[in-house]
Amino acid sequence: MSDGTAKTLFEKVWSDHLVKDETPETPAILYIDLHLIHEVTTPQAFTLLREKGLPVRRPDLTLGTMDHSTPTTPVRSFKDLAVVGEGAAKQVVAMQDNCKEFGLELHGFDSAHRGIVHVIGPELGATQPGKTIVCGDSHTSTHGAFGALAFGIGTTEVGHVLATQCLLQRKPKTLAIDVSGTLQSGVTAKDVILAIIGKIGVDGGTGFCIEFRGNAIEAMDMEARMTVCNMSIEAGARAGMIGPDETTLGYLLGRLRSPQGPDWEAAAKRWLTLRTDAGANFDKSVGIDGSTLQPMVTFGTNPGMVIPVTAEVPDANGDPSFRKALDYMQVTPGKPLSESSVDVVFVGSCTNSRISDLQQAADIIRGHKVAENVRMLVVPGSQQIKKEAEALGLDKIFQESGAEWRESGCSMCLGMNGDTVPSGQLSVSTSNRNFEGRQGIGARTILASPMTAAASAIEGRVADPRRYLQD
Amino acid sequence: MDAIRTLNSRTVVLPATDIDTDQIIPARFLTTTTREGLGADLFHDWRFTADGEENPEFVLNQPQSSGCSILVAGRNFGCGSSREHAPWALLDYGLQAVISTEIADIFRSNSLKNGFLPIVIDDVSHRWLLDNPGCEVTIDIEQSTLTLPGGKTVSYPIDDFARYCLLEGIDQLGFLQKHNTEIDQYEETRPWKP
Ligand code: SF4
Repeated sequence: MSDGTAKTLFEKVWSDHLVKDETPETPAILYIDLHLIHEVTTPQAFTLLREKGLPVRRPDLTLGTMDHSTPTTPVRSFKDLAVVGEGAAKQVVAMQDNCKEFGLELHGFDSAHRGIVHVIGPELGATQPGKTIVCGDSHTSTHGAFGALAFGIGTTEVGHVLATQCLLQRKPKTLAIDVSGTLQSGVTAKDVILAIIGKIGVDGGTGFCIEFRGNAIEAMDMEARMTVCNMSIEAGARAGMIGPDETTLGYLLGRLRSPQGPDWEAAAKRWLTLRTDAGANFDKSVGIDGSTLQPMVTFGTNPGMVIPVTAEVPDANGDPSFRKALDYMQVTPGKPLSESSVDVVFVGSCTNSRISDLQQAADIIRGHKVAENVRMLVVPGSQQIKKEAEALGLDKIFQESGAEWRESGCSMCLGMNGDTVPSGQLSVSTSNRNFEGRQGIGARTILASPMTAAASAIEGRVADPRRYLQD
Repeated sequence: MDAIRTLNSRTVVLPATDIDTDQIIPARFLTTTTREGLGADLFHDWRFTADGEENPEFVLNQPQSSGCSILVAGRNFGCGSSREHAPWALLDYGLQAVISTEIADIFRSNSLKNGFLPIVIDDVSHRWLLDNPGCEVTIDIEQSTLTLPGGKTVSYPIDDFARYCLLEGIDQLGFLQKHNTEIDQYEETRPWKP
């Protein structure tokens, strides 16, 4: 029952940031609290500023890193990092020059805090509940896990935010996705979001801001919540949010950019008021029973083509796009994916490269060997995570099993930094996109959780991680 | 951005659904610091074979596609990455509009800022266009209509502001800058600081 004043989390954050509300003729002017930037989608925006003679309005609300086109080859010192390709090298230099010229904080090669843009924002405590956060990158939805309104923008909009700290936006509709119940062991946040995309489709969230709710979401730690929000865009939704709670506060307390002392108390109190009020209305609602979910894997060329790891590949039923996807993937309807032999396993990306993801993969692979014909790459999401994992000895577990342990970056999530899956090879990947050629020309990608990826590395074929779980 | 009122062209049809921006312009071509020249690699992995030859089976490589500036594509065109390189590549190649039954949010927003027209129409008209490649159609921005051969018109939704910007060739940054005083005020009066 709605009494008219009850508001959703999204509505609260949205209305808090209106410089000017929308009218039928003009979109809203929305103020942006944090602008994350990286080397690939910003050079043309800085060129625009230069052409127009404009400064960056709020350098203090802008934070840069380098992740997409940077190499992840292990090095003793960052000075030894050789960027792969002339274009990528130019881009990296342009990023350094632009940040210097406009006075922006950049976590470049020499920073201990460099990492994937969606990993370092939360890690530094820059990502906070109630903020509006944008980045020229569609997985900006990740930051919504903290109760921020966070979404990806194009390069022209990057220019708008650099120059005015604002964006012109139409208010999206709201979609509640309620995940009830308790997840079974071996079922993770990645499986939950893959199942959601399978249910609502890759365009099921188009035009909506999602709020993920329910017992299964509330029971998740922040890293798991980030995995869920990260892939909102794979369902077509620009943003996905989760109401801030004690778990959120626990994660943020004491981080580099978190408020300190009395400021912390005030902020924490305000953040908890952002949760959706009882009785608030959503434009649409979807429910999922979390307790019945299985480990999930994709079999086609978009993240909505997904099945439980033990299930058989469905039939195309005369749909030519579906048929094309099955042909590209070289999978057969009626057969389980466990019959496909795997060439590459990638654990990493802004979806699954945080410490708990690496820990889960390590727990599966400990004491086993990566199958002979498999190349397994483990790429931490940031230099901080790399350090933390090494302190826990995870690097040794991976290396002893035969996996490669790398520097942080986007790596094999997208083939633009030297880490690619060779043409025709099958990759089980913890990243977020199984599009044709995403991991390299002709590469075939199966999306899965870190546990499923690790189990598949051991068996050299798509494998159910549950048989490796210790009670 | 140049003002645009109407667009008249024969269509070229790509019936696949969920064509993502990694297909429109693969990530390895994003290592550029300018907007120009991306058309050469538009739909690269569909247009070219593994040894770099033009793939004669891909529709854009066929003679009837030459001179076409309107693409008709399956549902959910432009999903995936936020790369504005996608509309830049389409425009640089010579395409100026896409017609589908659904177009992904970020791609649509990026397109409108560059004068590339994302046109969403009903299933029946779309089906007809998929089945009749190469037909001549006209997109009218002012009326928000698409005229099919034979004169049948179909209306499509477009945000009033986006239409105004297209018709006048308006740069949205200029519009935002006119609100500088309001932005200053907002920064000063909000109760908490980011
Ligand atoms: S890890 Fe992949 S999805 Fe995430 S920001 Fe990097 S390229 Fe994008």
